[in-house]
Parts: sequence; C-alpha cells; structure tokens
Amino acid sequence: MSTVDFLFWVFAILSVGGGLSMILSRHPVSAAMFMIVSLVGVAALFVILESFFLAVLQVLVYAGAVMVLFLFIIMLLDVGPGASKINLSNWKSGLVGFGCTCLLVGIFFSLNPSSADLVANEQMWPKIPDASTLSSTKSLVFSTEVSAFGYGLMTKYMLPVQISGFLLLAAMIGVIILSKKGDTNQDI
Amino acid sequence: MLTVTPHHFLILSFILFGIGFLGLLIRRNVLLMLMSLELMLNGVNVALVTFSRVGNNLDGGIFVFFIMTVAAAEVAVGLALLVALYKKRKSVFTDDMSLLKN
Repeated sequence: MSTVDFLFWVFAILSVGGGLSMILSRHPVSAAMFMIVSLVGVAALFVILESFFLAVLQVLVYAGAVMVLFLFIIMLLDVGPGASKINLSNWKSGLVGFGCTCLLVGIFFSLNPSSADLVANEQMWPKIPDASTLSSTKSLVFSTEVSAFGYGLMTKYMLPVQISGFLLLAAMIGVIILSKKGDTNQDI
Repeated sequence: MLTVTPHHFLILSFILFGIGFLGLLIRRNVLLMLMSLELMLNGVNVALVTFSRVGNNLDGGIFVFFIMTVAAAEVAVGLALLVALYKKRKSVFTDDMSLLKN
C-alpha cells in the first residue's frame, strides 16, 4: 500500500468521522469544529485527486468563510449546550435517512460491473496530458494548472459566471434587507 | 494511486451525502440542519471532482466552483433568515416554529 493509499484512508476516515461527530454532537460550537475537520479532510481528498485549485478554494471558501459565518451566528444567538439534544422521537426519520444511504450504496454496488473485485488497475486513472488543447465548445482537458481553470471559466462557462455574479448580488441585497430593523412590528 | 479506485471515492461521496441527509432529518436545531446541508453539498463535490479526474475533464471542477459559490450565498441568506426568525420566536429549534401545524 503506497503513501497515497494510506493518505486516502486517513482523510476519508477523517471526513466521515468528522461528519458523524458533527451530527451527533451536543453543542453547536463543537459541531462547527467537527465540520471544519471534515471540510479539511475533503480538501485533502481533492489534493489526492490532483485538483489543487479546488482544494485551496475549499479551505478558503468553506472552512474559511462559511464555517466562520456559522460560528458568528452561533455566538450571536448564544445557543447553549443543554438545549441542543437529538430529538429521539425522530428515530423514524433517522431510520429513513439511514435506509436511504444504504440503498444508495447498495445500488452503486449492484450497478458496477467490476464490483466483485475492487482491486484497481492503472487504466482507471488516466494520465493527465502534458499539453492542454483547449477550445471553447469542446470539453476542457483536465489539467492541474489554474490557467486552464480560468480559461474554461472565461470561455465556455462565461454565462454561469455572470449569473453567479447576479446571484451573489441578489443574496447580498437579500441579507441586508432581512437584517434591517423593521419600523412596523409585523408578525411572521 | 495504486489500490484506491474511483469507486472508493464515489462510495465516500455517497456516505458523506447520507450522513448529511441523516443529520438533516434527526436534528432539530436549524443551525445544525444547515451544517448538514453543507455536508451533503460536500459529498456531491467529491463525486464531481472524482468524475472530473477520471473523465479527463475540467468541466466537473468548474461545476464544483459554482456549487461552492452558490452554497456560500445560500448559507448567508439562510443564516440571515434564521436571525430574523430568532428575533420573533426567540429560539432556533424547529419545535418552537410550528405555527402552521393544525
């Protein structure tokens, strides 16, 4: 077992364990901490998959901005540890969730033609080509360079970039409006 | 990557998605439900990056980029909604927000 395989198992167990600890934890702050651990584990998995730009983006955006926002709100609303217990009367919905996960994994195992042996061969991971031939409508060739990413964003995915710009503007305006103090006391 | 196949990554993506789904169902704190939602999105991101690497394609990675953008915007708006709701209901638990129930 090479180093990369060992690292895959380490970070896979880290992210899954962090996720499980997050949903089972009592205090929201410790849930946020476990979530950060899980997100960093997923970022390490991105590095193993040779998408270095996405790994850095994951740490910066998810673990660095989204989770910090969560912690702000947790501190603002001052949710204590004694109040956030798992409601055990939801065991039926939890069972449904667990059943759905098992169903998904089972479907995956049954549709896979080579599921009998999960031993890899080298052909499953194609080699990254050296020269990236890019064109605006064909699919972009995988490359670890950030410039290829930027090229794809600016040529083939220009429309989604503009739309996400508008989306962020709308989200910003919405957040500002939602957090204004209303003059009249309206009931929800 | 000698003995780790793309299947391992996809099973990991399924498990992360399932754990997030489980957390969304069993928790009653809206903050934790939003965090489970983020975990589900991360599971999907892992699957997309795996397919991007295996299909020799950068389209999956760019889609992950957009998913991260949309998730950040969604979390911001969701938390603003939660704060506005907290000012009214004085609690973050869905048990206390059952005005529409019979």
